[in-house]
Amino acid sequence: MLLTTTAAAALMLLQQAPAESTDWDAEFGVEVKERDAVTGELPVDPYTQSNANAGAKPYDGAVLAADFGGREGIARIAARTVDLSEADPRIADIFAANDMVRLKRTLGEQFCYLLGAGCEYTGRDMKTAHAEMGVTKADLNALVENLQIAMREAGVPFAAQNRLLSKLAPASKDIIER
Amino acid sequence: MFASCLLAVCQSVAALASPVDPAPAPQIAYARVIDAAPLPPASAPTHRAHQPVSTDASSLAGDGVRLGKVDLFDGGKLLLTNGVATVEGSSGGGIARWATIAGRQVPGGIGASAHATAIELPDFGWRSYGVAVGFGDRLELSLARIDFDTRDAGALLGIGEGYTINLDTFGAKLRVAGDVVYGEPWLPQIAIGIEHKRSRDGALMRALGAADAEGTDVTISATKLLLSRSLLVNTTLRYTAANELGLLGFGSANDGYKLQFEGSLGYQLSRRALIGAEYRSKPDNLGLGEDDWLDIFAAYALTDRLTLTAAYVELGSIATFSDQRGGFVSAQVAF
Repeated sequence: MLLTTTAAAALMLLQQAPAESTDWDAEFGVEVKERDAVTGELPVDPYTQSNANAGAKPYDGAVLAADFGGREGIARIAARTVDLSEADPRIADIFAANDMVRLKRTLGEQFCYLLGAGCEYTGRDMKTAHAEMGVTKADLNALVENLQIAMREAGVPFAAQNRLLSKLAPASKDIIER
Repeated sequence: MFASCLLAVCQSVAALASPVDPAPAPQIAYARVIDAAPLPPASAPTHRAHQPVSTDASSLAGDGVRLGKVDLFDGGKLLLTNGVATVEGSSGGGIARWATIAGRQVPGGIGASAHATAIELPDFGWRSYGVAVGFGDRLELSLARIDFDTRDAGALLGIGEGYTINLDTFGAKLRVAGDVVYGEPWLPQIAIGIEHKRSRDGALMRALGAADAEGTDVTISATKLLLSRSLLVNTTLRYTAANELGLLGFGSANDGYKLQFEGSLGYQLSRRALIGAEYRSKPDNLGLGEDDWLDIFAAYALTDRLTLTAAYVELGSIATFSDQRGGFVSAQVAF
């Protein structure tokens, strides 16, 4: 017994510090994802693209989309929501750990599709997109507040804001994990 | 044995590592090693890990208090989704109980609220105040007192001018399904509850003809914010024997518990403002011509914590004094 421990202690003392240039990602088998040269997005696992992934049926007609400033207005609101959330200490960590370039695009597509502004939603379904993020109801409330700020800044009438939220609210069961 | 030997080795390493300091601070060797090591260049994946921890980027740094795993008064609910206090102390819309849970907490947290309400009527003055505690999105416990000033009517009723009737309400409400905002639009937030009421004027209640000075209401409420229409809809069924909510006792020689209805309809003008109307049916156990109640209200969240409610109330006949309509103001602070 004493011999074993002495040997172990000796081994510990004799251990060499790893070289400065050690590639720890390689040592631990961490895959480094490269951003796409054109879109700047990180790759995601393959999935079936479908508008059904947006989680709800879109509104008909162009009136509601006009309240949001058309396609460009909707894209700006989505990007602003993401920016606000990245800067929001309540939920910044969730956003920082994910691909914001991709989120701005897919969130914009989702809003645009749901509001009947004529986009295709190419993102993942709500359950897959939020898998293992550990989102709580408080996190979701914070995101809703940021979306409301973005919509208010863009001058979207409150009733129209709620109409967009009504398309998003049913997905809460797929988003809230704990 | 093995572990203790390792510890001994570590201590000897520690002793080796800090020999020169004339007054050696009680310091562990590896702490100095880390101090001395230069920070590696911040590459993109590790950049955030090397940032100093921001004081408000941590989940511990909400404005509440943490008690074990429970957030106390940390907030996080969407504005107005905790409702405003009813005159009986429960979360609701002023005179009707809602399925909402008081306090600004989210699941896993504990919140609280306090309120004060005044109603000015032609012949009576109403003051009520109370507190409520909410546990997650699940359970609400409330306590409220109504002071009902009979003013000149007291003399005419033979109980003395300015006689004040006092009623205590102990409430509990449990959310059993649904969510007021999230989830499918057809599934409202549903809550069951009780309100145990005790009159502090028992002898007077019996003299008025009431069978009891205390009673327990059983309620079931369903509340939903229909986002596509910005409409808040609430219905509550209440099994009660209370005369004028219990201010005039409970039941009578001939009449007891009956099912009553409460309904609310609100329109959300903004995140902070809700206007609407409420209706509450009431029994007439005492045969005094007790009327159903109506109100038209406006609630405004002045800050995240402070909500003000103003209403026009139509309370009909109270203790034979008819046409009791007037103003209702209420302030609620929630954490």
